[in-house]
Amino acid sequence: MSAAAPGATFIVLMLPFLAAVVAPWLTRRLGHNAAWLLALAPLAIFIHFLGFAAEVADGGIVTGGFQWVPSYNVSFSWLIDGLSLTFAILISGIGTLIILYSGGYLKGHAQLGRFFSFMLLFMGAMLGVVISDSFLMLFVYWELTSITSFLLIGFDHTREASRRAAVQALVVTGGGGLALLAGLLVIWNITGVTQLSLLLNYGDELRASPFYLLALFLVLGGAFSKSAQFPLHFWLPNAMEAPTPVSAYLHSATMVKAGVYLLMRLNPVLGETVWWETILPVFGGATLIVGTLLAIRQTDLKLMLAYTTVSSLGLLVMLTGFGSEHAVAAAVLYLVAHSLFKGGLFMVAGLIDHEAGTRDVTRLGGLRKAMPVTFFAAIAAAISMAGLPPFFGFLAKEEIYYALWATDIWSLAFVAVAVIGNGLMFVIGFAVAIKPFLGPAVKTPKAAHEGPVLLWLGPLTLSLAALAAALVSPLTHRFISSPMASAVAGAPEEVTISLIPHMGPALILSIVTVIFGIIAYRMLDRLRAGMASLLAAIGWGPDRGFDQFVSGLVRLSVSLTRILQPGRLDIYMTVTFLMIAAALIGPMAWYGEWPAVPVWPDDVQFHELVVIAIGVIGLLAVLYARDRLIAIVSLGVQGFAVALIFMLFGAPDLSFTQFMVETLAVVILALVMTRLKLHASDHRPTLQKLFDMSVSLACGIGFTLYLIAVTQQPFNTALSEFFAAYSKVVAHGTNVVNVILVDFRGTDTLGEIAVVMVAGLAILALIRIRTPRARVADNDPDGIAVADQTAEAR
Amino acid sequence: MRTVIFRSIAPYLTSLMVLFSVFVLLRGHNEPGGGFIGGLIAASALAIYGIACGVAPVRRAIYFHPMAIAAFGLFMAAMAGVLSVFAGVPYMSGLWIYPQIFGAEVALSSVLVFDVGVYLVVVGAISSIALALEERDRD
Amino acid sequence: MEPIFAILVGAFFTVAIYLFLSKHIIRVLMGAAILGNAVNLLIFTAGRVTREVPPIIGGDSDALSDFAANPLPQALVLTAIVISFSFFAFLLVLGYRAFQELHTDNSDEMRVAEPMAEPSPPTGY
Repeated sequence: MSAAAPGATFIVLMLPFLAAVVAPWLTRRLGHNAAWLLALAPLAIFIHFLGFAAEVADGGIVTGGFQWVPSYNVSFSWLIDGLSLTFAILISGIGTLIILYSGGYLKGHAQLGRFFSFMLLFMGAMLGVVISDSFLMLFVYWELTSITSFLLIGFDHTREASRRAAVQALVVTGGGGLALLAGLLVIWNITGVTQLSLLLNYGDELRASPFYLLALFLVLGGAFSKSAQFPLHFWLPNAMEAPTPVSAYLHSATMVKAGVYLLMRLNPVLGETVWWETILPVFGGATLIVGTLLAIRQTDLKLMLAYTTVSSLGLLVMLTGFGSEHAVAAAVLYLVAHSLFKGGLFMVAGLIDHEAGTRDVTRLGGLRKAMPVTFFAAIAAAISMAGLPPFFGFLAKEEIYYALWATDIWSLAFVAVAVIGNGLMFVIGFAVAIKPFLGPAVKTPKAAHEGPVLLWLGPLTLSLAALAAALVSPLTHRFISSPMASAVAGAPEEVTISLIPHMGPALILSIVTVIFGIIAYRMLDRLRAGMASLLAAIGWGPDRGFDQFVSGLVRLSVSLTRILQPGRLDIYMTVTFLMIAAALIGPMAWYGEWPAVPVWPDDVQFHELVVIAIGVIGLLAVLYARDRLIAIVSLGVQGFAVALIFMLFGAPDLSFTQFMVETLAVVILALVMTRLKLHASDHRPTLQKLFDMSVSLACGIGFTLYLIAVTQQPFNTALSEFFAAYSKVVAHGTNVVNVILVDFRGTDTLGEIAVVMVAGLAILALIRIRTPRARVADNDPDGIAVADQTAEAR
Repeated sequence: MRTVIFRSIAPYLTSLMVLFSVFVLLRGHNEPGGGFIGGLIAASALAIYGIACGVAPVRRAIYFHPMAIAAFGLFMAAMAGVLSVFAGVPYMSGLWIYPQIFGAEVALSSVLVFDVGVYLVVVGAISSIALALEERDRD
Repeated sequence: MEPIFAILVGAFFTVAIYLFLSKHIIRVLMGAAILGNAVNLLIFTAGRVTREVPPIIGGDSDALSDFAANPLPQALVLTAIVISFSFFAFLLVLGYRAFQELHTDNSDEMRVAEPMAEPSPPTGY
């Protein structure tokens, strides 16, 4: 099948989203059996991407897409090379099994259709992350995985733990996504390219840039948060609140590997520097150890697996950044192996939970007779996880030790970390796969028996796949491992390891791991108790830190709001007018552009001064008015003075309007004021009065200076001359003011009369609408409402 | 304020003021005046009538709800602008016709229609405010 | 003439703002009325002041005489007067209704929207 047709790839990328749309409808029709139909979507994707395998194995890179925003060089484009192909095959292949598994697991759940929909949405987003070539598309899909993960973790939204876990995951991974966006923008700025496929040519430029570190830290922020690296690991175990199919798919096989994918993708361009090869192994190694130690103390099957997922991710990051020749190959092998066995083990855990009614490992035992198929799948996955032959995990572990082994201190330290981590993972793997099945039968909440085919098909297939991949390792390497390793290394690389191990230190390390694992397994209960008391002694962890961070944020915003909005009008006003005064006077003072001292006009006539004096007297009378009648009258006086000024200075229209308005204002003021009482003084303490006076004086002086400065500038008469020249000739009117209002600027006036109209409506509404008493009582149960009643009683 | 003299002359005063307001409105294009001033004069006329004789007679006298008058004015003003569409010129362009009525040339224009719209909005909105407040004063 | 007007405008603004800073909504209302006049005078003065000759084109000429007042600020101010009146009326009624409902004209005591001791929002999930 030639999959070169770009149209087909585009359709395939959209397929999960289409399936998500029809999923609720199908589920309503078919119930949980809709899974069989819906699984066809990921299956089609799986087959489509398998079609690229031959081309990619021969070193081909398939790109395609179309322009999106050409002016910003943003495109919708994809890049299929060894790395993205492997991811796409894993996502679609495991996705097919997971959809089937979900159908069995959530059989009869009222929201099953919604669940399918979210799962398929996630699948589409995840596929987009690994296939994207353009930065923007990568970021959009990246955040989309965070959002769908939020929806899936919070699927059981009636439980608080679920909601908390969902919010936590969203905050951590979504925040990391923003860091990633910033990092990509920095990279774009340095190199000028927006496509991953082109970025490969700019590695040296990027590493030499002074902003390299900035880009690196931002990208690492995105990758580490998504891939749950210590100390951001805490969201992943909490995400186990999600239904088990979600844990199996998102939080082990696919989404959490997006961060690793990103690191692998950027390894050729950001890697091979001291920073890269220090930060990644150190954080990865720390995560590996912390993850396994925390896994030891858990008794919940899912939580045990979740913490080992954290440590596996740590191992992957460590290997990606280690920089030795075989480390990349080891990372690639381990990534594939991990997806197969961890996905399978999660499904087994869910299966046990589903059939036996508990996933507490201390309350399970002797299930092997009741659930033989499950037992087989579990053991197979655990062997792969432990790194024993003949499964794919063995190949991965051999390659890890082979890659890490060297005799310098740095390498030895990481060898030790890897041995301890692997040994403990060996323990957990078998604790999950053996404890519930062997030993004496324990009474479980539900009488356990083998689950339906939908449930065991997934884990069984994955275990067999891990076996097959190891048995035909040359084929696996040709189509999967080698192309992917080449893409990660940025240079052709051949993976050769097979079930016949390297003789030498790697094999010895493997044997050491196994011995260590067996010893630890026998001491598991004691180790668990020890870890539990240690953690209790520490008492604080990033998980609790997250809660403190969130509540701290809320408290901060509350106190900030209280400072900014104290609810006191006079403070708002003071701040506003202080700002206005500063805006008026500040620039003049700063640039020293004070207006020239004005000369007293020599043509001032006496009656003009009288009118102005009347205005000022009116103003002062308003200030000193001791009862409302005087206040109203003096308000009218200053208004009529303004009207007279308009009259004296060539504006009869304004003058008439002002007269009418002042008349009406006095009338309605008189109507309203009879119901309000005006206090004789305004109750301000003297100091407050002085302060308010200086604020208002500052504003007043500011306006005066500003106006003097404006009028000292030459006047631009262009507009006025236009109106003066054309109002009679063109608009047939001799009253220029009226012509401007109704003709030249008619649309403006239309807006203004609309404002008048709206004001009228608002006033009518204010007068007509009565607040229901109950409402007021709600807001203030014993203050206003009581006062109201007493007022009525009187 | 409701003295006999005031109550007796208020209807005549109001009629005169409304008549005057129409005069001010119509001459506005060439002499001081126009829709805004005319509207304010008419609104204060109605307010005076309301103070003198109560709000109910005013509402009866103007027949329509004041806000309905304002809304009609706004509609009229907007439509005056739309008229220009039929002449194929941009929105709000002034159009003039000079028909002969009883032998005299009368200048009619979309601008005049617009000004009448402004007048009605101002009359309606402001008298609505004044009347509403006068009513409150009594309960 | 403009400097005198500038000082007058400054006086209008000073009084208006001083009234605005009061806690009593009645005074704030009066401040709003004066502020409208202040701004109108500001615009009027910024368009330069001319004595007595209104911007009306005389009988025979086709254009405004050079001595007439500047028509543009007048057109701006004319609508501003009417709008500031509507706005003032709205504020007046708002203050009046607030007084009716809350039985106070002190803005400090009007705390329905921003209560004194507002409980913190929940910090849970």
